[in-house]
Amino acid sequence: MESVSIKIFFQLVLSGVIVGSIYGLIALGFVLIYKATDVVNFAQGELMMLGAYFCYYLIVAFQIPFVPAFLMTLLFSAVLGLLIEFLILRPMIGKHVFSVIMVTVGLATLLRSLVGLFWGHDTYRFPAPFSETTIHVLGVSILPVELTTALAGLGLFVLFYLFFKFSNLGLAMRATAFDQKSAFLMGISVRKIFSLSWILASVVASIGGIFLASLSSLQSNMSMIGLKVFPAVVLGGMDSIAGAILGGIIVGLTENLAGGYLSKMFGSGVKELSAFFILLVILMIRPYGLFGKKEILRL
Amino acid sequence: MTCGQYKTSYRDDMKIFQTAFVKFWLAVLVISLLLFPFLASRYLIYTANLCGIAVIGALGLNILSGFTGQISLGHAAFIAIGAYASTLLTLKLHLPFWASLPLGGLAAALSGLLIAIPCLRLRGLYLAIATFAFHFIVEYVIVHWNQLTNGTSGLTVPSPSVFGMELDSEREIYFLILCLVIASLLFAKNLFRTEAGRAFIAIRDNDLSAEVIGIDITAYKIRSFMLSSFYAGIAGGLYAITLSFIGPEHFTFLMTIEYLAMVLVGGVGTIAGTVFGAVFMTLLPEGIRMVKDAFSHDYPVLVTRMADLQASCYGLVIILFLIFEPTGLFGVWIRVRNYWKAWPYRY
Repeated sequence: MESVSIKIFFQLVLSGVIVGSIYGLIALGFVLIYKATDVVNFAQGELMMLGAYFCYYLIVAFQIPFVPAFLMTLLFSAVLGLLIEFLILRPMIGKHVFSVIMVTVGLATLLRSLVGLFWGHDTYRFPAPFSETTIHVLGVSILPVELTTALAGLGLFVLFYLFFKFSNLGLAMRATAFDQKSAFLMGISVRKIFSLSWILASVVASIGGIFLASLSSLQSNMSMIGLKVFPAVVLGGMDSIAGAILGGIIVGLTENLAGGYLSKMFGSGVKELSAFFILLVILMIRPYGLFGKKEILRL
Repeated sequence: MTCGQYKTSYRDDMKIFQTAFVKFWLAVLVISLLLFPFLASRYLIYTANLCGIAVIGALGLNILSGFTGQISLGHAAFIAIGAYASTLLTLKLHLPFWASLPLGGLAAALSGLLIAIPCLRLRGLYLAIATFAFHFIVEYVIVHWNQLTNGTSGLTVPSPSVFGMELDSEREIYFLILCLVIASLLFAKNLFRTEAGRAFIAIRDNDLSAEVIGIDITAYKIRSFMLSSFYAGIAGGLYAITLSFIGPEHFTFLMTIEYLAMVLVGGVGTIAGTVFGAVFMTLLPEGIRMVKDAFSHDYPVLVTRMADLQASCYGLVIILFLIFEPTGLFGVWIRVRNYWKAWPYRY
């Protein structure tokens, strides 16, 4: 009896971490944009969804194998990110924060409904090339797709860490985030950095989307999962990459544990809601999150 | 012919109706609005009712976001609270409509207070995120509090009676809504001639300076929040009787986006603009429906995906207005008016 409940606990923790690493991936894209361009991107979840649908479309409609389709999706989302930045966000530079938030809300609405227009609202099984046999590790069972997701998440985090630490471009992005004007005076093309952060965010989002679709399924309310990015980033701090990842994992964990233990008491929606409760509490007591810059003005 | 409008006192400058010309045309407008339900079809009246409700709701959002500068992404939640509260007061406590509608507004205002207190110290995007979370919490409560809200099956709203008169047709509801629209427009217009309204604007323009010149930011932000959600609650109560059925599917996040679009399309921080925006955004789905009907023969898939088509138009309208016409329809109106005023000269 005792060991069964412990087993359930570990299973919940494990799947929480796996889902959380996807949240972390999406949050990572959000933070990239926020850090470099000061834009709060409400369309992050939609970028993720679009990536997943595009990949699905390539695989099903054109019979392209998974790996080339995956790479083509990355290219597609890079172009999409570039276009969005160039066409929509660039004219908004210097506008009031209300306008900038609203333009991304509008973008989110547009992208989500376009996906609905083209692919409808059915649930599709995502044709990912992962085997269905579970692997047993220390008493908990894990699917290959879950393992791959967690590893890919980890790999991307390391990659981004190295990118920001050692590459010239990463340094330039950090400099721009730190102080746009100084970065500009030092010869960094702030414009290119803006485009680059949208490209990276869009690519990371679509990777997250493809993994999410392989984990569960492809459906039109997938973008709702993108909303989880807000609890994650607020928890971690809006401008901290490590915070985004950790925040994502914490949100995934809390959700799974709440879903596992509290849904008997409060009904099925408690899993989705717990993240938003965390969000409100964090906003009240520590709005800059765990790792964020403490530059919030209080009146 | 007058070649300009010369004001000789502050009183003149503060007048609501600035010239006889304006007064005349407003009177014409009101008379034609009074005659409208006797000439129009039921469907047209129904659409006009939706426009009126949208005007009231969008005024609320504009007071909070446009005039006080507090970004709210939870407007649909307040509308839902108003709709559910007034309906439940009628259904469970058998209150008459003239009591349940304002009480519904009050319920929304109190929930506005509830969300305002933790959010008082948050600004800009943090406030947006907090109200955003609030929306999902309200949606969850509506879906899961079965005993009260009947969950996803929704509630049937009884037709209201005002002073013994049963309002059971579109036309009767139309007059009720028209009265309330005029009242809320006058209130809003007057509000920004008073100290409170000026304080709201000061907070929007620069909250630090507002605090320095002695405006109690906390108190005024709470007032703005409560007033905005009161408007939303009234709009919700009217929405309930117009539809005569409410369910959680009526108050999704898309509704918040629709209202935000009204404010942006009309003109942020303008009363007249709010009316333009509300009417524009309410008529937009009708326009989309016409386009859809024209193309549905060739693209039958459009019929089943009307909601997506509508949402994509909302998104597109928001983006295009923000990029190309940030002052909204109000700005367009001022430009056109000035053009004709000075015609044939450029200025």
